[in-house]
Amino acid sequence: MALKTDSNVYTVVFAAVMVVVVGSILAFLASALRPNIKENERFEKQQNILYAMGVNENGDDAGSVNFIPTDVVEDEFASYIKEQLVIQGDKITEDNEAYLIDLKKQLANIKKGEPYKLPVFIGEKEGKKFYIIPMYGKGLWDAIWGFIALDDTMTVQGVYFDHKGETPGLGANIKMRYFMDDFEGETILNGTQYAGIAVAKGNNDPLNKTKDDNEVDALAGATITGNGVSAMISETVKLYKPYLETIRVK
Amino acid sequence: MALLSKKDTNLITDPLADNNPITIQVLGICSALAITAELKASLVMAISVMFVLGAGNVVISLMRNIIPSKIRIIVQLIVVATLVIIVDQVLKAYAYELSKTLAVFVGLIITNCIIMGRFEAFALANGPWRSFLDGIGNSLGYGVILVIVGFFRELLGSGTLFGYPVLGDPITKTGLYATGYENNGFMIIPPAALIVVGIIIWVQRSRNPALVEEN
Repeated sequence: MALKTDSNVYTVVFAAVMVVVVGSILAFLASALRPNIKENERFEKQQNILYAMGVNENGDDAGSVNFIPTDVVEDEFASYIKEQLVIQGDKITEDNEAYLIDLKKQLANIKKGEPYKLPVFIGEKEGKKFYIIPMYGKGLWDAIWGFIALDDTMTVQGVYFDHKGETPGLGANIKMRYFMDDFEGETILNGTQYAGIAVAKGNNDPLNKTKDDNEVDALAGATITGNGVSAMISETVKLYKPYLETIRVK
Repeated sequence: MALLSKKDTNLITDPLADNNPITIQVLGICSALAITAELKASLVMAISVMFVLGAGNVVISLMRNIIPSKIRIIVQLIVVATLVIIVDQVLKAYAYELSKTLAVFVGLIITNCIIMGRFEAFALANGPWRSFLDGIGNSLGYGVILVIVGFFRELLGSGTLFGYPVLGDPITKTGLYATGYENNGFMIIPPAALIVVGIIIWVQRSRNPALVEEN
């Protein structure tokens, strides 16, 4: 039997059936896998926060990024992160699920002039306190985000960057260790101004020996992603300035 | 008896040489430019495309007698998009690390013209097994070019291969850099891929004059 695949009725029916079939497959898959995906994303956030404060399994070879394994991350997170704070205007409250706050939504609320929550994580490792702040911004193609760990002199103790869709080999290299490691020891202060850290091209200091110039060396071929990182850091720092002022040792 | 007949073998070997999707059919150029700055990214992309093209060709081939010709392009697009999303979701749930690596490639796979090109040119007219072989063959041909381009761009542009420094350290001037050699920053940016692909086409056509079109 030959189907009359050219008739209009057949075409419309085929399209309708196809949409329903594909739609139900995807809908079923999405709801079946959702709990697993959510769990993975939660672990990842914990891993990223711990990574920024130097709790990771990196070797000395400056090679790849190695997180705490997912099966122990929950316990490690609980033991290293002493406090999770939520800043709402002048009010600072403790919230053990602050790390689940979606910063993107909060930044949108700020734009709309609505009330917003800003999370801060206070970690402690070998008697030293780390203040870890989440960041969110935009790169060339899509969102970039990360965490920055500061001590009470506003010196960077570690950072973690990630991205949604930067170009592999170029902008995507913001999550490479050689880029992230450069931020360690830099200060976000310029005198008493909260200046952030710029990703600078034409830098006279490619080895990054000067730590108080508010600059790290840029990535080749990734100007716009680099600018995105600079903007993300300076905006975050501006946003958290009132809180940072209260913890800074003057 | 051989596992594959001679005709079937040709489905795999032709795209590797005289019917290469990139250098002869000029399909999939966009992704060849975009992601070949590193060898690792090239390889990941090649493997992803192999999976999607192999599976997609089979699905389209099975449906080839019931797809209305008026909307066949849309149907093909839906099949690719569905396959890619399924893979992406399953990886996110069970191999999260891997899915992070692949995330940026997902959009590039859906829009890769090799996939639509092979659906249209081959899978719509051939049986599932032959379509599967055609998919594997073409993605291998695509992958070979990607890896060659990635090799030269990463080596000349960054002095590394798979991220390992093979030429020494450009900042502390060890290895080859001690002699005054410098990385070529131009190789990092996409136009360099066009030039490398151009050279490959040149070499291929001078070795086989039958490929040169009459003007």
